[in-house]
Amino acid sequence: MKSKTAAIPYVIWMLIFIVVPMALVVFFSFTDRSGQFTLENIANVGKYSTVFLRSIWLGALATAICLLLGYPLAYIISRAAGGRQSVMIMLVMLPMWMNFLLRTYAWMTLLENNGLINKALGLIGLGPFELINTQGAVVLGMVYNFLPFMILPIYSVMTKIDTRIIEAAQDLGANGRKVFSKVILPLSVPGIITGITMVFVPAVSTFIISKMLGGGANLLIGDLIDMQFLGNSYNPNLGSAISLVLMVLIMICMGIMNQFDDGENTGGMMI
Amino acid sequence: MKTVSKLYTGLIFLFLYAPIVVLMVFSFNDSKSRVVWNGFTFDWYRRLFEDKEILNALSNTLIIAVITAVCATVLGTAAAIGIRGMNKWMKRTVMNLTNLPMVNPEIVTGVSMLLLFVFLNDRIGILKPGMVTLIIAHITFSLPYVVLNVLPKLRQMDPHLYEAAQDLGCAPASAFFKVVLPEIMPGIVTGMIMAFTLSIDDFVISYFTSGTTQTLPIAIYSMTRKIVSPEINALSTLLFGAVMVLLIVINLRQIRDQRKQKLRRKGAVKA
Repeated sequence: MKSKTAAIPYVIWMLIFIVVPMALVVFFSFTDRSGQFTLENIANVGKYSTVFLRSIWLGALATAICLLLGYPLAYIISRAAGGRQSVMIMLVMLPMWMNFLLRTYAWMTLLENNGLINKALGLIGLGPFELINTQGAVVLGMVYNFLPFMILPIYSVMTKIDTRIIEAAQDLGANGRKVFSKVILPLSVPGIITGITMVFVPAVSTFIISKMLGGGANLLIGDLIDMQFLGNSYNPNLGSAISLVLMVLIMICMGIMNQFDDGENTGGMMI
Repeated sequence: MKTVSKLYTGLIFLFLYAPIVVLMVFSFNDSKSRVVWNGFTFDWYRRLFEDKEILNALSNTLIIAVITAVCATVLGTAAAIGIRGMNKWMKRTVMNLTNLPMVNPEIVTGVSMLLLFVFLNDRIGILKPGMVTLIIAHITFSLPYVVLNVLPKLRQMDPHLYEAAQDLGCAPASAFFKVVLPEIMPGIVTGMIMAFTLSIDDFVISYFTSGTTQTLPIAIYSMTRKIVSPEINALSTLLFGAVMVLLIVINLRQIRDQRKQKLRRKGAVKA
């Protein structure tokens, strides 16, 4: 069965609807409205460096919190009994089946100035606090929406760790903490890397979470792009340039992460 | 499980589910308040089913999802078979093409397609953003998932099966439909389900490629921007309920199948 031709419609489809649009992004980035070559758009992206820094900072913070919260849970689940394990994994995945906008909306109603959380705090004589429209709310929204993306890859790597390796470490005199730091943690690095990219990429490029939970004051890169294409400051050339910079930025981040992954992997193989 | 891990797991699940539960509870509240409980009502559900915009968005979403699932499955399965027959260099190029939309931030994919559709509409007068562009966009982002689900099944399949069928007198077409297709069916079905659910759930790419056409996520988005009505809560509850029922049915079927297999095995032993 050597029929390369079967892939031709697919390749043509992907060329028209993935490669050509990407080429258009590059083209628009380097031209002005009349189609003349210019570097102005790329240079103008520099004006928004605070927005870029804020996005990266909030995205990285959310990723770190996801890792801190998700890693122990992935470990606990991977050590649970079989039946209980699949129930817990299902419980981790279930919220992902609810639309992302509805999940974010749920927090909107909880965090409002006269929302449930402030009302509850009021009962014990605290607050009201300004919870919504803050950077904290944006980070909370990211963590809430993307936490499963961190738990699942780490869990799946942990279940693949050969229990005999752990037993061998114990036989050779390692205590619980040593087994964790010398065996389980290094072997779960590939899962951590996947988790970090799966949380960081959507977090750094989101525009819904910042719009719904961040108010107008906490613009992220995504909001900036949205504004250039469908918002008030219509300028697809600048929007393309921002998208291009975002794309390159993420590719650099992923390249660094993959490097790290490869190095650790060979280390893991040597054990 | 130790008490500490039980407590930790409980807290994380509380964090994941509390907002959803609050959202669902207030869909039955006899007032617009999202804090004070005023008594039980089905009023918001009744209003939801009278809301023409929502119903229209729902039917659009389902039409798009069905067409997307069918087209992406056919194109993607053919592509996977074609990729199997390629040499190393071609395979690598096509796989990079497949991975491109998966590593790119969604917003960049959405924006790039918007540029293409606007360009085509302005210059040639085809593909005005609307239903057709939505379908094209959805097929494009779900195609890689079909390809990546079918490819491993093809790899697992014994390549001699196809040759054997032909040796035994099957025409190439019927050898494909009688031998290859049943072997890779699980991958095709998984890919199709993924394409369907991704299409139903997508907001970001639809947001940029929809023009004025409404899908359910887009309708939800505009609802959260306007005056907030508990109709959203009712909608969330219904969607979440539908997913729950679906998952329970799938799980029950799996358990029943496993039981049947066990019984069959026991019967075989006795015989």
